[in-house]
Amino acid sequence: MTEVEAVADPSGLAAGSSQFLTFLLGAEQYGVEILRVQEIRGYSAVTPIPNTPAFIRGVINLRGTVVPVVDLRAKFSMEATEYNKFTVIIVVTVGVKVIGLVVDAVSDVLDIPASEIRKAPDLGARVDTRFISGMATIGDRMTVLLDMERLLSDDEVAALGSLS
Amino acid sequence: MQIDLNQFRDTFFQEAAEHLETMESALLALQTGRADSETLHAIFRCAHSTKAGAGTFGFEEMARFTHVLESLLDRLRNSEIPVTGPLVELLLHSVDVLRALVDAAARGDAPPPVWEEVLEELDRARGAQPGCGPAATNAEPQNGAASGVWDIRFEPAPELFRVSLDPFLVLRDLAELGKLTAKADLSRLPALEALDTETCYLSWRLRLETTAGLDQIRDAFAFCEDVATVSIEPAGVPEAPAVQDETKAASQPGLRTTVREGSMRVATDKVDRLIDLVGELVIAQSMAAEIMNGFTPECLPRLQEAMSEMERHTRELQDRAMRIRMLPVGSVFSRFPRLVHDTAKALGKQVALEISGEETELDKSVVERIADPLTHLVRNAVDHGIEMPADRERAGKPAEGTVRLRAYHQGGKVIIEVAEDGRGLDTERIRAKGIERGLIPADDALSDEQIHALIFHPGFSTAEQVSDLSGRGVGMDVVKKGVDALNGAVRIKTARGQGTTIRIKLPLTLAILDGLLLRLGEQTYVLPLVSIVESIRPRPEQVRDVAGLGEVVTVRKQSLPLLRLGRLFHIPTEVTDPSRGLVVIVEHEGGQLALLVDELLGQQQVVVKSLETNYRKVEGITGATVLGDGRAALILDIAGLAALSRGEPLSNLAA
Repeated sequence: MTEVEAVADPSGLAAGSSQFLTFLLGAEQYGVEILRVQEIRGYSAVTPIPNTPAFIRGVINLRGTVVPVVDLRAKFSMEATEYNKFTVIIVVTVGVKVIGLVVDAVSDVLDIPASEIRKAPDLGARVDTRFISGMATIGDRMTVLLDMERLLSDDEVAALGSLS
Repeated sequence: MQIDLNQFRDTFFQEAAEHLETMESALLALQTGRADSETLHAIFRCAHSTKAGAGTFGFEEMARFTHVLESLLDRLRNSEIPVTGPLVELLLHSVDVLRALVDAAARGDAPPPVWEEVLEELDRARGAQPGCGPAATNAEPQNGAASGVWDIRFEPAPELFRVSLDPFLVLRDLAELGKLTAKADLSRLPALEALDTETCYLSWRLRLETTAGLDQIRDAFAFCEDVATVSIEPAGVPEAPAVQDETKAASQPGLRTTVREGSMRVATDKVDRLIDLVGELVIAQSMAAEIMNGFTPECLPRLQEAMSEMERHTRELQDRAMRIRMLPVGSVFSRFPRLVHDTAKALGKQVALEISGEETELDKSVVERIADPLTHLVRNAVDHGIEMPADRERAGKPAEGTVRLRAYHQGGKVIIEVAEDGRGLDTERIRAKGIERGLIPADDALSDEQIHALIFHPGFSTAEQVSDLSGRGVGMDVVKKGVDALNGAVRIKTARGQGTTIRIKLPLTLAILDGLLLRLGEQTYVLPLVSIVESIRPRPEQVRDVAGLGEVVTVRKQSLPLLRLGRLFHIPTEVTDPSRGLVVIVEHEGGQLALLVDELLGQQQVVVKSLETNYRKVEGITGATVLGDGRAALILDIAGLAALSRGEPLSNLAA
C-alpha cells in the first residue's frame, strides 16, 4: 500500500492561479484543489455502511480516524470497474470533515491560471454541473475541476436522519 | 516590561473563573450561616487577585469594578460594615456582573452596561469614603490636589523570590509615584555561608512623597499582598496596627478542577503515574526487542512472557490515560447551590440542597454533557417536585423541602441521583395525558414504570401552567436525549406524596466499549457487551413466522422478533437457516430482540471512533472502531436496529 503525501506550497504559485491534483475516471480527467488534498492512499479494504447511497462505499481506518469513502464513478453514474493496483483513494478535507475519494488513477499536479478556467457548459454532461467549479484545457487535455463542497453537501442534504 | 502579556491572558481568564466560583460558593455559605471569619477573607482575596490581573491586562472597567468590590469586602472583613442579607444579595449580583465583565473581556466585546449601576450600588454600600482599614483615618482623597507623605513598611515573606516576585520592581513602581526614600533593614541577613539565595531576608522602611492617593500606593503592592506584610500610613500618624495580609493559605483542596473549553487542569500525581507507566512500557518493549535480537525458537517462551508483560502495562496505561481526562463531577454540582437558591427564592419555596459524592470522577466530555440534563432535573425538582411551604406543612412535612444530589460508582458505571421529598409523580394524571396525546392506547395495561417513562416524551407535560422556568415539557425530553447520547440510562422512582428520585447511569468514559465481535458474511461488527442477554442456536421449532410481525424466536415462553442482520444490511451471509447459525438475544430500553449472525468471534475491548465526525449519524450504528488487522468495524446500536426492523424512523420511538 503506497502512501504519498501531497503538500501544498502556495508560495510557489503565480498570483491568480491555483494548483490542482488531477486524476482519472475512465478516460476523463478531473481535478481538485491541491490545498484540499490531505494525502493519497492505495485502495484498501473498505467497511461498508448499511443503508447508505451506492456511492458511499463505506469507511476506512485512516491512522485511527474513521473516514468515509466516496466512489466518484458511482456518484457520477459511470459504470463500475474493477479496482486494481492503480486504484487510489484521495483523502480530502471539506470544511471540517475528512473524506476519501476512490479514483482510477492519479495524474499530475497542474498549475492552472484562473484565466484559463472556464465556466462549465451545460451539455447534459455526465457530471451534474452543480459539482463542477470550472473546466480548463491544458495542452490538448481537458480537465473538469470539481467543487468538493457542493459534491458532498448535496449528499448530506439528501440524506435521511439528523446531522449531528 | 517587554514580555508579551497575551500568553498569560488565558491563564488570567481561567483563574478569574475559578475565583468567581469560589466567591459565589463562599457568599452562599455566608447566606446560609455556614460561614466563618475565613470566608470573608477568602472572598476578599478572590476579588483582590482578579483586580490585580484586570489592572495588569488593561481591562479598565473590570479593574474599576473589582476595586470598589474589593474595598467593600475589605470593610466587611474588618467588621466595619455588618454582613446583612441584602448586602450578600448585592454581592452575589456583583459576582454575576463580574462574570459578565470577564466573559466580555475574553470575547473582546464591550462590557455590559449594567456594570455601572451595580458599581454605584457597591459604592453606596461601602460608604462614601475610599477607606481600606483602620489605619487610614486621615487618608488622602483620591484626587490628590495636596501632596502627602507616607510611611511605608514593606516586609516580604522569606519565600517572596520563590513565587517569582522581585521587590525592586515594587520599589521602582513606588518611585514612579513621587519621591521615594528607602531604607533597607538588613537585620535578618545571615552570614554568607548560611545565605540561601532563594530566600528573601530583606525588608524596607520607605518614605514616599506623592500626590497619588492611598489606593494607588497600595496598588504597587498588588502582587505581593499575600506574601508580604505591608503597612502604609500618612507620615506622622502614630503607628496604627499594620494592615496584615496573611501569607497565602493552602489553596482549596483538590476538589476544584475546572475546565475551560480547550484546556483542563490535571492533578500532578495523575500525570506522574502516567509518566511512570510509560517508562515501564518502554522497558518492557526494549526487553522484547532484545529477545528478538538473534531470535531462535527456544526464545519463544521468553518472548511470550515479555509480550504479556507489555500487555499488562498497556492495559494499565490505557486506564491511567483515561483517568487524566476524568474530572470530579463536583465541578458540575458546584453550580447547583446557586441555582436552587435562586429558583426557590423566585418561587417562594424553601429548599435545602444536599450534595454528596462530588469527588466521583467522570470523563471530561461526559461531565460537560451531563451538566445541562442535570440542570433541568434540579430545576424541575424545585419547580415541580417540592411543594409550597404551606402545602408541605398541611401534608405533615417540614416546610423546607430537600433536594438531594448524589454521585457514586457502581459496577463500572457512575450513578447520579437527583432526589426530592416533594409531591411525587401523579401516575394517573400521566396516564390520562398519555391517552389524551395518543401515546398509549386507553386500555393498555402498562406498568407504573412504563407510564412514568412517558414524561420523557417530547412536549409532554402535565404542568397546569407554563412557568418561566419549566412546564413547557421541554426539559425531560432533553434530559433523556442527553443521557442516551452518552450511552447512559435514566430511571424514575416515585411515590405519591413522598417524592421522586431520578437515577442516571453513565459509562465512565465514552471512548472505550466492551464489545462482542460477530461475523456477517465477510464483515465484522461489534455488539456492545452490556446489551447482550444470551446467545443460542435455536431449534427449528423455536423459529416461527407470525402474521403481521415477521419472524419470531421463542425462548422460554417469550417470543422475540428475529432480525436477520444480513438482510437488513444487504450483506450476503453464510447462514440463512437460523437453526444453523447463532441467534444473539439483545436488549434495549424498549425490549428485547434476537439477531441472526454467522459467527461470534469473541470479546474485545474496542476504542470507539465517531462516525459523525466525518460522515453523519447512521441508524443502527453508534460508531466505528479499528480492529487488530487495521480494518474499520461498525458498532451496532440495538435501539436503532429495532427501529430499522420495524421500518420506523428512530425519532418517533417513544421512551
